[in-house]
Amino acid sequence: MTRLILTPNLPDPDAAYARLLAAHEELDEAESAAFNARLVLILMNHLGDPELLDEALKAAKT
Amino acid sequence: MPDGDRYPLAHRLYPYARSADQDRDAGGPAHHPVIVVGGGPVGLALALDLGLRGTPTLVLDDAEGIGEGSRALCFSKRTLEIADRLGCGAPMVEKGVKWQVGKVFHDTDLLYEFDLLPEAGHKAPAFVNLPQPDAERFLVERIRTAISDGAPIEIRGRNRVTALETSQPARLQVETPDGPYALTADYVVACDGARSPVRKMLDLDFEGRVFEDNFLIADVRMKAEFPTERWFWFAPHFKSGDSALLHKQPDDVWRIDFQLGWDIDRKAELSEDRVRARVDAMLGEGVDYDLVWTSIYTFQCRRMRKFRHGPVLFAGDAAHQVSPFGARGANSGIQDADNLGWKLDLVVRGAAPDSLLDTYAEEREAAADENILASTRSTDFITPKSKASRMFRDATLALAARHPFARAMVNSGRLSMPSIYDSYLSMPDALPDGPPATRPGAPCPDAPLGDGFLLEKLGSKFTLLAIGCAAPETGLAVVACEPTPELTARYLGAAPSALYLIRPDQHVAARWPMADAATVAAAHSHACGATT
Repeated sequence: MTRLILTPNLPDPDAAYARLLAAHEELDEAESAAFNARLVLILMNHLGDPELLDEALKAAKT
Repeated sequence: MPDGDRYPLAHRLYPYARSADQDRDAGGPAHHPVIVVGGGPVGLALALDLGLRGTPTLVLDDAEGIGEGSRALCFSKRTLEIADRLGCGAPMVEKGVKWQVGKVFHDTDLLYEFDLLPEAGHKAPAFVNLPQPDAERFLVERIRTAISDGAPIEIRGRNRVTALETSQPARLQVETPDGPYALTADYVVACDGARSPVRKMLDLDFEGRVFEDNFLIADVRMKAEFPTERWFWFAPHFKSGDSALLHKQPDDVWRIDFQLGWDIDRKAELSEDRVRARVDAMLGEGVDYDLVWTSIYTFQCRRMRKFRHGPVLFAGDAAHQVSPFGARGANSGIQDADNLGWKLDLVVRGAAPDSLLDTYAEEREAAADENILASTRSTDFITPKSKASRMFRDATLALAARHPFARAMVNSGRLSMPSIYDSYLSMPDALPDGPPATRPGAPCPDAPLGDGFLLEKLGSKFTLLAIGCAAPETGLAVVACEPTPELTARYLGAAPSALYLIRPDQHVAARWPMADAATVAAAHSHACGATT
């Protein structure tokens, strides 16, 4: 069974983080929130596996 | 309207007439095996089913006919199949507006469309739109025919139940224009609607979620060029609230639902000017129409914890309530009647133990949970109740215009599908290669057969359906047939043959590749509630 990866998994974490921030540049608070909501839905669909989603939801809660 | 009527009548169908039961001086109150309280679609369908099976059934209704207004509108394929079994499917399909395509819009953009019945080979259409008073009239007309053919059904208008004791037998007090009288019954079925007076008399719970939103229904008569489809708008371009819904009805009438929000002035919103302003904005300038009926409604998703309380059983809106999104109100109520009819008949005849009625509660409580879950999810999408839920809803709509995955999340109502009964009555599946959709507990899907359809041949009794094999001699009715492409797809799957035991409500009780008489007899006895 695939588990949610919670150890480093990005080839360049600093660059990925910077790209996330860059995507929010020039967005106001409401636009940022809407952007995040769309992003979560896209990533949730890509994840596909309901068990992985549950693990991700749990990891985000705590 | 006469004094005491709760609403104006569309059709006066069962005027009050004094009954001999009211003139019994000695010998105590008259006794009836089954009393149905409430002559709405659920009570009428149940009385018809029981009467056709020969079990005497008395319907008590506090009015003399059918109330005005369109109320329930979308009758599902499964309801039409049940109506067909009861002999009144044809007029419903003939009068109703058949539709199967739905379109969902966001503002002016078409997000997606769906087709509810892409599969051929079913007698009934996916849905018909038929105003509830018409459906009730067809049921009453069918009951009249059944009565003239000897079915022991009686409907008493202006007979209002005012007190009920859950003793054995149950005792009822009934109010009429000639004063009160008493009755007793082995079983009482409360089909008396969402505000169920019977439920209140017994002081029973009815809990769940109230949704803080108001919807305006406007039924308008016009000659219009809209196609016969269900159209739903989120954030409609005609700027009338958060959502709107358009449905075609018979006789050039269209049903429009406008979402109004929670803090509104109901009286002002119902004024003709305000209603017309909304309809004008939607239809565009210069469209000529008559307002037929308007109403504002709110809704709840809730159910009684138990549908059975001793000799009293609850069915339809009296037992459970959902939002209108998904057409799960009247349709699930008719399915309650379908589930209860044959069981009550067997129990009243002494052919099955009283505990068979517990399986009515078990199966239909689970079905109500399914309907409430689907309805609650739709409602959470259509009327988001928190900032976060609105944000995700709007994000889903924004993505749906471009990405198919998000269209699957857009929820404007998941339309009524019959439940599969994973209950005590359903035997373990002995046809593992068979299609999951026809496993024990499932409603039988229709298929063409000979010059007609399978469901017509299954009828209203326990039946063996033998496909590509011989049916053992058990005394049960048999429908034997060779595999056709539809039967193979719907009943065989990878299996070369199959024997199905079908319940009187046309749900699967058991299935095997083939079986001997003793196996079938044991399954039949189990499906009648035998506990050994």
